[in-house]
Amino acid sequence: MGYRVSSIIARRRHPAAGYAAIAGGLVLAGALYGALAGGPASAAPGQSSASPANGRSLFIQSCATCHGINAQGTSQAPSLIGAGAAAVDFQMSTGRMPAKEPGAENTRKPVTFSPQQIADIAAWIQSLGGGPTIPDATQVSTSGADTALGEELFSTNCAQCHNAGGSGGALTYGKSAPSLVASTPTQIYEAMVTGPEAMPVFGDGTITPDEKRAIIAYITQTRTEANPGGFSLGRTGTVTEGIVAWLAGLGFLVLIAMWLTAKRKDMRIGGEGS
Amino acid sequence: MSDDAVKIPGALSGVGGWLDDRFHGARGVRVLMKKVFPDHWSFMLGEIALWSFVILLLTGTFLALFFVPSTTDIVYHGSYTKLNGIHMSEAYASTLRISFDIRGGLLIRQIHHWAANLFMVAICAHMLRVFFTGAYRKPREVNWLIGIVLFTLGMLEGLFGYSLPDDQLSGAGLRIFEGVLQGIPIVGTYLAYFLFGGAFPGSAIVPRMYIIHVLLIPGLILALISAHLFIMFHQKHTQMPLHGNTEKNVVGQPFWPYFMLKGQAWFFFIFGALVVLSTFAQINPVWLYGPYTPLAISSASQPDWYMGLLEGALRIMPAWEINFLGHTLSLSVLIPFAVPLGLIFTGAALWPFFEAWATGDKAEHHVNDRPRNAPVRTGIGVAAISFYGVLWAEGANDVFADKLQIPLYTITWIARFAVFLVPIGAYFVTKRICLGLQRKDAELLTHGVEIGVIRQLPHGEFIEEARRLTDEEHAVVASKRIPAALPGPGKLDPNGIPEPAGRGPVGWARGVANRAFTESIVPDGHGNGHGEHNGHAVADGEHAAITGGDSGDHHG
Repeated sequence: MGYRVSSIIARRRHPAAGYAAIAGGLVLAGALYGALAGGPASAAPGQSSASPANGRSLFIQSCATCHGINAQGTSQAPSLIGAGAAAVDFQMSTGRMPAKEPGAENTRKPVTFSPQQIADIAAWIQSLGGGPTIPDATQVSTSGADTALGEELFSTNCAQCHNAGGSGGALTYGKSAPSLVASTPTQIYEAMVTGPEAMPVFGDGTITPDEKRAIIAYITQTRTEANPGGFSLGRTGTVTEGIVAWLAGLGFLVLIAMWLTAKRKDMRIGGEGS
Repeated sequence: MSDDAVKIPGALSGVGGWLDDRFHGARGVRVLMKKVFPDHWSFMLGEIALWSFVILLLTGTFLALFFVPSTTDIVYHGSYTKLNGIHMSEAYASTLRISFDIRGGLLIRQIHHWAANLFMVAICAHMLRVFFTGAYRKPREVNWLIGIVLFTLGMLEGLFGYSLPDDQLSGAGLRIFEGVLQGIPIVGTYLAYFLFGGAFPGSAIVPRMYIIHVLLIPGLILALISAHLFIMFHQKHTQMPLHGNTEKNVVGQPFWPYFMLKGQAWFFFIFGALVVLSTFAQINPVWLYGPYTPLAISSASQPDWYMGLLEGALRIMPAWEINFLGHTLSLSVLIPFAVPLGLIFTGAALWPFFEAWATGDKAEHHVNDRPRNAPVRTGIGVAAISFYGVLWAEGANDVFADKLQIPLYTITWIARFAVFLVPIGAYFVTKRICLGLQRKDAELLTHGVEIGVIRQLPHGEFIEEARRLTDEEHAVVASKRIPAALPGPGKLDPNGIPEPAGRGPVGWARGVANRAFTESIVPDGHGNGHGEHNGHAVADGEHAAITGGDSGDHHG
């Protein structure tokens, strides 16, 4: 044991020691972070026995500041009369509402309300002026859906913002089309019928209910299918491929080239002998 | 190397003897085998491109056995069931077949694509090495020009290659390519119609790109690589400014057996690295992009990295166009297409001649410069890299906006200014760094290397101990050659007449350029240093004899 320690001490001035120490520290920090940081919260949409009255009181507590006491809207936020239960469920089940801070747009974050509370608020908003309702299980079922049709619809209607692989993309003025990796089938459906943030509304006249199921089936299958070519590199396309070619490809080969052309130290300092 | 060092195995010499009796090639082969190549890791970058090209030919041949270069519309029914029932071109369907049904097809496809990326990466790195060490100087200007043509051909080859599968991403790239062609004044529309055989996308483009991609451009690249290598072989490779390396000799290892075996090992390392990369890292997943339809586009549609400069130039360009006599001049396409690449390629092609003109240096150079010893060149090189880099990064502006949470237009506006300002700043910063490093070198030459010992002299003075540079260190540090100063701009001779070389605006420009090139840090001479105190083994006389020339007087 004593021998090993002394051998480490003997090598602490090795040229690679600093790099080894930093690499070790980074790995340790990463492992600690991974162990300490919690996983993302998940929420399922509530369906059963919603209470509009309870929803109204929850709304007054948490939403009325911006949306107005009767959901009529203020200068801060739009009216929710006619927004429908689907909009409420989408915004709250993805954590976008209640908003954390004013910004270009609200992004997905941990959900703060229970499915029952969300269903209550949704029911109250639905009672105000109607609007798109939360889809039932058959409307978002992907069994028997046509993924090929889904691909055609996705590539012509969705990919220009959400990326062909569904990994999301930037929009103008700080907005972005989110990644679809975490979206539940219900949320995808709700997004299509309510058009949250910058997204257009794809009503049943534009994209029929069957076509919506096809799109949902395409998205869920695409994101779960394996990457036959190895690591996906984030499915962000050629940008990461170029970075990998330069850093991993050339970087590795330069190290090898240095090794292949390395001269023995005692040969290099020829005049002095070794 | 003496002749004895070249040992030829018996079996080989038997065959060789038979051949020599008939073709009398022994003398040539002997010259080849004894040819000496200098050794340095950066001399192997071009070889990465060479071997990547060989791998591209091998894997490309495999792919050509199964790829169908046709836009004939078919309905897909194959292993990738998610797309079953979709209309697509035979080109796309056969790419899916290569990826999912041909044994080893996906691996070969990925090796081909990674090798293409690495080919261009290696060309770039190799050109940067040649530039920063001044290896393009006389007599190697022609090989430098061939290299630039090879880089251009590589870009085109890559563009046509990744456009062949006819997937959504490549179709988007082709659409831009068509737009760029149409943006060329007067003939643009005709060119686009000729290439595509009518309106976009048509059915002619895939088979045409195919023959260009598998025959025309590879043939040109092969021919130019051969010329490149023969010229390099004939002119001999440059060498680094090391102890014993002069303009008159080549210090290194003979082709046989060292360099040949090393080259073989290098090929296998490169092939191995590409296979590992292709096994573990997915590239160009065309099945995710879907078959091309002009109706669709995906966000984050970027070209492969070597076209990123053009993409970025397109993205920062304001939508300018001029309408004149019924003709439209699309500056918003023409300028991004022609100006940045034109600046870089034309600039690179003219640079060796400009440098020779500005420095008045007509001598042959076989020993490379250290980048710090040519501050103007190094500064210009870094400025070009930063110019390229800004446009390159801008080509991925939407990916950066999405991943780094920066508003898209903010990035575009930053890039619009940075593309002008960063190269200028980079030039001056790099030049100052180079001169700073020269100052450090001058100190090493006059003062020696501090060894961390402070001594007190009997009368109380403290001095820091320093040792002389070893011969090897000295050869590197003292390798600087300052170009001769030409007459300054507007300088008059004793009779009040401008120097002949400095006359007129051209002479004035040459004087200005020359003054920049000759700016250098020279050892000040008085700092003979404390080096003599520490009893280094190398005697002064010996030292001076080895270094000779311009710096020996600082050591006498």
